[in-house]
Amino acid sequence: MLTTLLIAVPLAGALAVWVLPVSRESTSGLALLAILAELGLWLGSARNFDFGSDLQQYSASHTWFEELGISYAVGLYGFQYWLVGLTIVVGACAIGYGAWAGRDRARAYFGLQLFLVGSLVGVFAAQDLILFYVAFEAMLIPLYVLIGVWGGAGRAKATMTFVLYTMVGSLLMLAAIIAFGISQGTFLLAEIGTSTNEWVFLGFLAAFAVKAPLLPFHGWLRAAYTEAPPEVAALLSGVVSKAAVFGLVWIVLPHFPEPVEDFRELVLVLAAATLVYGLVLAFRQPDARGVIAYSSMGQMGLIVLGIFATNDLGLDGAILHSVSHGLVSAGLFLVAGMIEVRAGTGVFSELGGFAKGRPLLATIVMALGMFTLAVPGSANFAGEFAILAGVFAHGWGYAAVGAGAIVLAALYALRLISGLLHERRGTSVRDEPDDLAGNELALVVPLVATLAVLSAWPAAISERSFPADTPAEFIGAQSVPEVVP
Amino acid sequence: MIETPKVDWLALSPTLALLGLAAVTLLGAVIVPRSVQRLFSVGVSVGGFVTSAVLAGVVYERSPDGTPLIAESMTRDRLGALAAIVIALSGVAVVLASAGDRRRDHVGEYYALLAAAGAGMVFFVSASNLMTLFLALEWFSISLYVLCSLDTHRRESLESGLKYLIVGSFGSGILLFGCALVYGATGELGFTSIQQATGADDPLFVTGLALILAGLGFKVSAAPFHMWTPDVYQGAPTTVTAFMAAATKVAAVVVTYRLLVTAFPEQSEIWTTAVAVLAVASLAIGNLAAIAQRDVKRMLAYSSVSHAGFLLIAVVANSQDGGAALLYYLVPYVAASVGAFAVVASRERELERPVSLAALEGLGWERPFLGVALWAFVLSMAGFPLTGGFFGKLFVFSAAYDAGYWWLVVAGVLATALSLAYYLTIIRALYMRQSQVTGTVIAAGGSPPRDLLLNGAVGAALAVTIGSFVLVQPLVDLAKDAAASLPF
Repeated sequence: MLTTLLIAVPLAGALAVWVLPVSRESTSGLALLAILAELGLWLGSARNFDFGSDLQQYSASHTWFEELGISYAVGLYGFQYWLVGLTIVVGACAIGYGAWAGRDRARAYFGLQLFLVGSLVGVFAAQDLILFYVAFEAMLIPLYVLIGVWGGAGRAKATMTFVLYTMVGSLLMLAAIIAFGISQGTFLLAEIGTSTNEWVFLGFLAAFAVKAPLLPFHGWLRAAYTEAPPEVAALLSGVVSKAAVFGLVWIVLPHFPEPVEDFRELVLVLAAATLVYGLVLAFRQPDARGVIAYSSMGQMGLIVLGIFATNDLGLDGAILHSVSHGLVSAGLFLVAGMIEVRAGTGVFSELGGFAKGRPLLATIVMALGMFTLAVPGSANFAGEFAILAGVFAHGWGYAAVGAGAIVLAALYALRLISGLLHERRGTSVRDEPDDLAGNELALVVPLVATLAVLSAWPAAISERSFPADTPAEFIGAQSVPEVVP
Repeated sequence: MIETPKVDWLALSPTLALLGLAAVTLLGAVIVPRSVQRLFSVGVSVGGFVTSAVLAGVVYERSPDGTPLIAESMTRDRLGALAAIVIALSGVAVVLASAGDRRRDHVGEYYALLAAAGAGMVFFVSASNLMTLFLALEWFSISLYVLCSLDTHRRESLESGLKYLIVGSFGSGILLFGCALVYGATGELGFTSIQQATGADDPLFVTGLALILAGLGFKVSAAPFHMWTPDVYQGAPTTVTAFMAAATKVAAVVVTYRLLVTAFPEQSEIWTTAVAVLAVASLAIGNLAAIAQRDVKRMLAYSSVSHAGFLLIAVVANSQDGGAALLYYLVPYVAASVGAFAVVASRERELERPVSLAALEGLGWERPFLGVALWAFVLSMAGFPLTGGFFGKLFVFSAAYDAGYWWLVVAGVLATALSLAYYLTIIRALYMRQSQVTGTVIAAGGSPPRDLLLNGAVGAALAVTIGSFVLVQPLVDLAKDAAASLPF
């Protein structure tokens, strides 16, 4: 019931924002109210959440379409709870950013943002393949319009490539879902069992490889992350890409054990290549958002390494890193947006010297930069370390590549910091000391504070993601369908 | 004393009510003063369609088992009743969407012909005899020929009527020829008698089957018998196009299914292959040609050709589930078609010129309700989740997969991917381009008056499009009961 509420509150908020004829200010207020109510609901649900139990929490299940064995089934395990939380926190900051930036056509804009949050929660809470697909596709609708209408100058091409890549992946996944579900007579994840069909496996993998994205499927990334409004880019890189994490952890690993075994090397190589490629390109980008975009791609490669390690360390690390990377990249995109508002550009050659007279901005950028380069002691370091330790079990080469790539992370993060804050003052940087104002701080400080808490206590997530903190065993147990009385 | 056959008036009542009120509307065109003629015609024809839908509902309720009527010339069963309900309700929506047009002459005739065509279709879907089948086909076709060319001041409308007349008559001729050959081979006209007749291995018989299939293919507008569709859909008055895209498609595809399954089950190997070829051809041609279109009505016409392909996949499955999938698919399809053409009609009245993609630019922001509605209709046609079109496609694919036609599923998924290319251009026009058209128009004529009836029809279509996604199970139960009318 509570999970259903978590999905329904943003959707109801979206409907209210669309339908109620109120002014722009009231619209953004209404949207903020809805997302804060959602946040409260999520925080409140932690009280009775049993992270150690191997039962789904707050689950609900209703038959939806009996002939095809489709159900409305939702419920949360620990890792889903954290991904839902990531969605809500980043969503709240993104909606706040939209209110701060004063987006025009406010009713449509805030309605779509809330709709996006609702469908993302649906993705992370789904326990039925069709429901998962429905939510997975539903988030395309708001993303398409948010980028296509409120995006930058090159938005038409950006939306086109984004939709093209995503839809090809999704339709392959749909074909896989149909073949898998109909042959098993159910789409319920708890009952569907396993498949050895490599084509079905590849169908799922294609959708998630586009979403993450992994190396040869990343063609949409640069344009989408750069042309989208900053807060939408924050949601894209912070949360939407994590739909791939969820799909790999909760659909691919448990239900395709044999194909995972057969294709493990291939996926690990692709993931490692994505990591190196992303981080190298991040270092070469001429603008702030390009750096964040490619760094995000690289980090997704790292997370996939952890997932396909399929052991306790790798999986725990992947979930922890998903959350901390989601918070960092969302924060960076929002700050990049605030800098673009001030300077009118995000290109390094026209920026620099932003630290002067803007201590708060400099502190925030510095802090986010440190999390990005994963200084020891940060939550990101904890996640990366666990992932590398996990993947070491499948060959020291992957761990070596990963460790080497982290040095690259330091390079691009430092370049980002110095390019924005230090060096000579850029031509587009104005004299007046326009430091972050209170309402801007309210958007990014929560992200940084959450990261600080996670840095002090990474076990909050890593020990509470899977029942009894035995991810590999738990995932393996999902291969055996529950006995239906 | 001659014994008269017992007539089941209830089974005939949906047809008779609609036909009767069509006659009243036509009479009104002569008697009722011009000032209230529109009101009268709309009221009576809406009443006719609603009565027909309600009576068909009663028939559905009271006929769990199919019974042949009047010497097996028609059947009273749930399949026919459900199809009649869908046809009649789409008629209601079309009449409501038509009410706001600026038609000056032939007001009464327009609504009378619409109701008469509807009555023909309601009769058509219950036909179970080659003679009544042909009679009903001509009945609604002739009404539609006139309706297409009713805008006598527009050359396109006249052209569309003439084209439809010529190609449609050709199709009817082929159908009739096929009927004659089947009759010649078996000596029977009734569907079940044909199935039981002995002359089935006669080459004449198979040729007849092929010709009947081709004749019905014209009405379903399946490729390669679709070539009239874009021209006629584009030229006809938009509300008539809506009725053709929705109701004609329902009638034709349901009758195709009924005929093939009841009269030719022994030949299923032949006709499933033939229909599968038609389905793939429709998917390919409909989607590819639609991508190149700039006129929205033409684009939707090709889209309706591609939907004929999806519907025929359900026919190919040749199973109870296939029938249920077919009937379920029709519900969101009809809603989305009527709705989309109604939005186009509204835009056409506002701009007073044909609606190209450029004419849709900015519609989403200027008319938020119509914009969101058209968005939902287009997504439903594309089979996107959150709309009934998604479950429709899923159900059809699953029926085909169960029947062993995995390659039709692949073709369907590919066609769906292809179809996004043009459906998305509509959404892009709605929201992502600044209008270059309306600026001048609004300055000249001001904002058009609200058309509450049209908005009501669009709202109802929107409710069905979304509702058939959320409440899929009740609808599927209805469809399953209806599909169970046929023998498997």
